[in-house]
Amino acid sequence: MLLARLFLGLAALAFSVCAAGASLAAETITIGVAGAHSGDLAPYGLPTLKAVQLVIREINAQGGINGQPVDLLVEDDGCKPELATNSATKLVAGKVRAVIGHTCSGATKAALPIYHAAKVLVISPSATTPALNQDGEYPLFFRTIATDNIQAATQVDFALQTLKATKIAVLHDKGDYGKGLAEHAQALIGKSGTAKVVLFEGITPGAVDYSAVVQKIKRAEADAVLFGGYHPEASKLVSQMRQKRIAIPFISDDGITNNTFIKVAGKDAEGVYATGPADVADNPITRTYREKFKQAEGAEPGAFFDNAVAAALALTKAIAKAGSVDPEQVAKVLRAEEVATPFGRIKFDARGEPVGIGFTLYQVNNGQFVQVR
Amino acid sequence: MEYFFELLFSGLTRGAIYALIALGYTMVYGIIGLINFAHGEMYMIGAFTALIVSSVLSIHHLPLPAILVLAALAAAVWAGAYGFTVERFAYRPLRGAPRLSPLISAIGMSIFLQNYVMLAQTADFVPFPSLVPEFAFLEPYSAVVNSSSLTILAVSALVMTALTLLIKYTRIGKAMRATAQDQKMSLLVGIKVDRIISLTFVIGSALAAIGGLLIASHIGQINFAIGFIAGIKAFTAAVLGGIGSIPGAVLGSFVLGLTEAFATGYVSSDYEDVFAFSLLVLILIFRPAGLLGRATAEKV
Repeated sequence: MLLARLFLGLAALAFSVCAAGASLAAETITIGVAGAHSGDLAPYGLPTLKAVQLVIREINAQGGINGQPVDLLVEDDGCKPELATNSATKLVAGKVRAVIGHTCSGATKAALPIYHAAKVLVISPSATTPALNQDGEYPLFFRTIATDNIQAATQVDFALQTLKATKIAVLHDKGDYGKGLAEHAQALIGKSGTAKVVLFEGITPGAVDYSAVVQKIKRAEADAVLFGGYHPEASKLVSQMRQKRIAIPFISDDGITNNTFIKVAGKDAEGVYATGPADVADNPITRTYREKFKQAEGAEPGAFFDNAVAAALALTKAIAKAGSVDPEQVAKVLRAEEVATPFGRIKFDARGEPVGIGFTLYQVNNGQFVQVR
Repeated sequence: MEYFFELLFSGLTRGAIYALIALGYTMVYGIIGLINFAHGEMYMIGAFTALIVSSVLSIHHLPLPAILVLAALAAAVWAGAYGFTVERFAYRPLRGAPRLSPLISAIGMSIFLQNYVMLAQTADFVPFPSLVPEFAFLEPYSAVVNSSSLTILAVSALVMTALTLLIKYTRIGKAMRATAQDQKMSLLVGIKVDRIISLTFVIGSALAAIGGLLIASHIGQINFAIGFIAGIKAFTAAVLGGIGSIPGAVLGSFVLGLTEAFATGYVSSDYEDVFAFSLLVLILIFRPAGLLGRATAEKV
């Protein structure tokens, strides 16, 4: 009897060893994460990496996707298009079938053709240039952020309806993201009939002084400034405007809705408006992930964290439902099925745009971005 | 007309900023014929040192002018030490090598220092306090000029004069000029050439550091990469004015700054770099040695 029990135990042990062996042999799913993890735009890319790691750790703890463990392949592109093509090539060479990234529109634009040729699914949490996939030329491209067109419309609506601006100076940083946004805003203002664009210019990023262009804003007698670009230029511009005693409203985009802008611009940041993803702090999924991040890192999650969580959830759930990592099938699921994300239930349209994610307006108030109601 | 003066002042501010950095470039080039690409990094290190020192001092509630002077001193000494070290380890071993070798070494130093500061400090932009006090008498003109641009203008004029006097009228200046003319001959007449070259680097780096402090205080933010763009523009200005010439560097900087400001003001800031670099090309076609540079006959 004892012997029999021992025998049974041994058999069970042997079986469990076998089972472990089998699950080790289950093929790992490798997901690529590409974006700015170093350089001055790292504050936009690192939260994405952290968010994806968080989601994947959780999935692996629950036994992976359909029993297959998930592995990440991380590439840093510094938001530079020329490095993004390198990252893309490396990810493709690493047999990655789906990529979360890239962070910046310019980098994503440069990398997309490489992914397209290799039939890799791309889902960006933060690239907002509409032109990335306007004609649907990349059927495997998705994003979990509303495009600049929607962002520009939010800005222009606010400037015209709420601020009653009639003469608007539109500036940008000559980059894909800032310029695209500014051009769309310009077109919208032109169509409105109640306001006109009195100045439309690109400024050189990294320049030591913007006082000449600030003088131009004053001369144009603008009653609001709309800026498309990122926080280093925005903070310099707004500081120099305030130095020259130009007190008109400054409206910018989600390239500045981060703590660095407020820290750097200091008291000049007060009152600055910026569009950003709608505040979804009330959503339980959002709260769960933000809490988990705070527990793990001891800090507030940064820019695009929620979008990255949404991207990771949408992608992993679609892979699970498709039962395969084949990009075509995953894409089909992403378009057809709604998925619960920090933004509520979303799905994707034919061009990979998210249905259910919008923009809202924030204003700096006592050193914090506060949603304008 | 008011608009013209506003643009003039913004051009002068830009020019003075470029001049503060260009002076160090041109001095090093004038003496050992090396384009010190790590010079922009001295500017950046100076700004970081000033930030650290001024933050510590402001905790102790020192008056603003005292903080400004002490921070400038600390930045100049610290960056001077960097300049000395960089010269000692990256350029001196290549003294006899072909001209291209120290140039590559300089680019390497630049990349190394940028990444070193990025790892040691942060990759993010950090706010820089405005250390130059607001002058009350400037308040009526605040739309045109402010105290930090005025300070930058005054300091670059002062530094240019001091450097010219140093080189023209002091013993050290004489030794510098001799070293610039012929290093071997200078050694033979008893000039410690290595020490003179080290001194040149220390002075150049200290100047860049003071520039770093003033400019950072004007702009209000710094990160590890600020030395690169500022360095490129200052280098352009030095070439424009005639590299190796001290008044040339200042003139070149003002020409560049004013061109950019007026191009922005009357055409569009989209084209400011186009105008600036077209001007550089034109000047180099008609005056290959730059505005104030002396054309030297090349012995074959």
